[in-house]
Amino acid sequence: MVQKQHFKDHFIEQRIFHNRSLVALFFTVILFGILTFRLFVLQINNHEHFTTLSQNNRVSVQALPPTRGLIYDRNGIILAENLPSYTLQIIPEQTSDIDNLLNELSLLVNLRDIDIKKFRKEVRRKRRFEGIPLRFRLNDEEVAIISVNLHRLPGVEIKAQLSRFYPYGKETSHIVGYVGRINEKELKTLPVTNYSGTNHTGKLGIEKSYEALLHGQVGYQKVETNVRGRVLRVLERSNPVPGNDLYLNLDIKLQKVAIDAFADKRGALVAINPENGHVLAMVSMPDYDANLFVNGIDSKTYKALNTSWERPLYNRTILGGYPPGSTTKPFFALAGLETNTIQLDHEIFCPGYYQLKGKAHKYRDWKKWGHGKTDISKSIIQSCDVFYYDLAFQLGIDKMHQFMTSFGFGQRSGIDILGERSGLMPSKEWKKRVRKQVWFPGETVIAGIGQGYVLVTPLQLALGTATLANGGQHFKPQLVSAIQRKVDPVPRLVNPQMVRKIPIKRQENWNEVYHGMKSVIHSARGTARRLNKPDMRYEIAGKTGTAQVFSVAQDATYKEEELEERLKDHALFMAFAPVKNPKIAIAVVVENGGHGGSVAAPIAGKVIEAYLNQFSDEELNNPTPIPPEEPIRKTTPIPVVKPDSTASSQQKGHEDHPHG
Amino acid sequence: MASRASSQGLFFRLHIDLTLLLGLIALIAIGQVILYSASGENVALMQRQGIRLGIAFVVMIIIAQISPDAMRRWSPILFIIGSTMLVAVLLIGTKVLGAQRWLDLGFFRFQPSEMMKLAVPMMLAWYLSGGHIPPRNRHLIISLIILLLPVLLIAKQPDLGTSLLVSSAGLFVIFMAGVSWRLILGFAFAGIAFTIPMWLFLMRDYQRQRVLTMLNPESDPLGSGYHIIQSKIAIGSGGTFGKGWLNGTQSHLEFLPERHTDFIFSVFAEEFGFSGILLLLSIYLFIIFRGIYITTQAHGTFARLLGASIVLTFLVYIFVNIGMVSGILPVVGVPLPLVSYGGTSIVTLMAGFGILMSIHTHRKLLAH
Repeated sequence: MVQKQHFKDHFIEQRIFHNRSLVALFFTVILFGILTFRLFVLQINNHEHFTTLSQNNRVSVQALPPTRGLIYDRNGIILAENLPSYTLQIIPEQTSDIDNLLNELSLLVNLRDIDIKKFRKEVRRKRRFEGIPLRFRLNDEEVAIISVNLHRLPGVEIKAQLSRFYPYGKETSHIVGYVGRINEKELKTLPVTNYSGTNHTGKLGIEKSYEALLHGQVGYQKVETNVRGRVLRVLERSNPVPGNDLYLNLDIKLQKVAIDAFADKRGALVAINPENGHVLAMVSMPDYDANLFVNGIDSKTYKALNTSWERPLYNRTILGGYPPGSTTKPFFALAGLETNTIQLDHEIFCPGYYQLKGKAHKYRDWKKWGHGKTDISKSIIQSCDVFYYDLAFQLGIDKMHQFMTSFGFGQRSGIDILGERSGLMPSKEWKKRVRKQVWFPGETVIAGIGQGYVLVTPLQLALGTATLANGGQHFKPQLVSAIQRKVDPVPRLVNPQMVRKIPIKRQENWNEVYHGMKSVIHSARGTARRLNKPDMRYEIAGKTGTAQVFSVAQDATYKEEELEERLKDHALFMAFAPVKNPKIAIAVVVENGGHGGSVAAPIAGKVIEAYLNQFSDEELNNPTPIPPEEPIRKTTPIPVVKPDSTASSQQKGHEDHPHG
Repeated sequence: MASRASSQGLFFRLHIDLTLLLGLIALIAIGQVILYSASGENVALMQRQGIRLGIAFVVMIIIAQISPDAMRRWSPILFIIGSTMLVAVLLIGTKVLGAQRWLDLGFFRFQPSEMMKLAVPMMLAWYLSGGHIPPRNRHLIISLIILLLPVLLIAKQPDLGTSLLVSSAGLFVIFMAGVSWRLILGFAFAGIAFTIPMWLFLMRDYQRQRVLTMLNPESDPLGSGYHIIQSKIAIGSGGTFGKGWLNGTQSHLEFLPERHTDFIFSVFAEEFGFSGILLLLSIYLFIIFRGIYITTQAHGTFARLLGASIVLTFLVYIFVNIGMVSGILPVVGVPLPLVSYGGTSIVTLMAGFGILMSIHTHRKLLAH
């Protein structure tokens, strides 16, 4: 601190202070001069200009909402479009008594409570001169009734607007998702200015995860209006920038084939192109019509959908965790071979059960009397459980965990829609951390046939199959294939992203597994031999699975017919085709479907057939040529909206999905 | 001097500067007339403002009784209390409209940043008056730290307007203490030299966009630009003599936002025109000139520095508010002093004038 007091030169101090006071005085005069000049310019020089704006007409600024980007399937078939529709809206500034007006209107057209509630919420957040929507999608009759009465309804207007429509609302609801009216929570996170003319935002699926790209940039116009708010003249206009169009890898025709094949069964199907991770079809059954949600679903319909035991709102492809059952066998066989745990000539004797040394517990094979001498091929073809009990015991759970993780099991795949579950590929470390228990050897044994703690999503199973099919290239599954900005002449392609390349130790190991899987379909005793037809142009490799929904007591036998439908086994099937140069990898889960070979495999067969039929013989037998470098341009990774709780909020009720 | 003392004798003994008082009364009278119109002839609101003005006058008279010497002694304690409360606001403050500015004391809510408008220049005047004038470099560095600490705390609330006013109040003290022109120019250049690379390399596109929108609000007519467009129409359509009291169409048809607080000047300009504005500006100028005169007559370094800072901060209020509503400055929340509706700023302003009066009327006593 500088405290009292050296000798102070009061004269110098006085002089400095007076100098500074003069400067301050000078600045005061300058600043007042600037203000006076500015006000002179506004009030005297431009007086007439502003008087015109103020007295005769009023200037208002209107937001021009951008047109939302369209969504197409891989063949250019439109999946999400904007159709003109009539909206009833009220400009609060022009009406003195909103309550009375709402009463009047409810006598003319049907107003639901939810419409009025949402309207009142928006009144609070928007400016008084902005039109606030009350009812969307007026029909012709309603438009006529209101138009006739418009003269006695101040502030009411009917606006022709674009409204989102999904031509394949049912088929794509789980993938494309839907838009809905902006809710209070979204209001806080969405950029205010850019959404000032927008009433809807993406709620689910592609519509949500690509919201930033689909929405576009708001424009505005400064207009002169008369006393009643009618636009007389546009003074200034800045056009909105429409949102980007998206092209999906999805093939809507294939999607429909899959849905038809499911008929009224529940379950999920995911088909992926193993060459690049493109998602060709993605089906979760039952489905629902996405169009219901666009302008507010009424609570009764929503409740029915949300509480139905069949769970139509639940996207099984990314949320459903199923015990994979025997579909894991090809992976474990490969794990045994590649880690040198077993050799190509490995063979066991299957007596119909397996016992750990010194333990009485019998781990039973599905075939009560056993498969006898069983090698690798036979273990896959006939799905011998004992072979894999033994192999799992030799591998140990941590090697299994490590190997399966590299195929994407137990991890989120990174697909470009939100809310995905990670499934579960257990390890000793996992059990210690989460369950706070040590790992038991018996748990390794049942993990060997895809039971116990193991859970996969249908997406993961398809992705794992694709990775197996293409020799270990693990791609990120991708729904959006290209992004079309309105200013660009051609869409920009989204490049495939390889997550990792699994090293091949010996090609023969992989070939052995391919051979086994091929024989599942193309040999006399294969579990999916019914897919084998005499005139087939290609060969399929696959594996069936049947996952127990609950455990059967030791030594008890059970009859499926006696079980209640919901306790029946899940039927699974995974496959790829053609065996050489695979073009499609597929995973099917049919909930409570029974046996994989008889229920799940035929669905996969139809989808594979429909997809591969579009290729010529020559194309089938050769790898798809890599497209030329032009016009493909490198794209930066797409800014996918961060997952938040709203993404899965409507699926909260499904946490307790049945498993093992 | 003798005749003057006799004409002002009573007021002088009451420590009131009659000239300044007359200026303030004229300003407040005009302010009340505008507020009546701007508030939509809201009598209840006028009463609330009347009570505040009454309190503010009492505060001014009480403060005028305290001698500058006593104020000087209390400055550090006031500053420490104020800073502590600023920290408390950030930790346990009450949020109103997204900004955390208020401290809830149970019986009433208090805005510590408002107190800092006076506490900061007092502290700096105390510190610099104790040392060499003009201050040496290390004293300047310490002064800047004293200034920056509360300014940053207020900016974090966030309250851009108040932190601007507090920092200018502090900088004026340093300026009046005689910091060399070379240093002032040096800082200005350093500021520019720092801004350019930050703009070019460090800021992202959206940040640049935000700054541009703030500097030129009319580029964002759906957001903050809307206020400015409407405000300019109100001012411009006022013309030479205005549309007459209570006849402003822009303001009365609710085109003009915040018309009884930050944008009250536009209402005045619309209803009373350029001639009305010249009158208002003259009154402001009168008060400022009287303030500068008082400080040049002041005794003691502390009184001079503090007095000048109070007057010049008053100038900043006026310039920023009118500059903002007429579209030459970015929109920051600064009220039109003693005219805009709103409590705490009026009390602080009048307390400042109380200090000026104290400085002027305690002179003779000090001279003894």
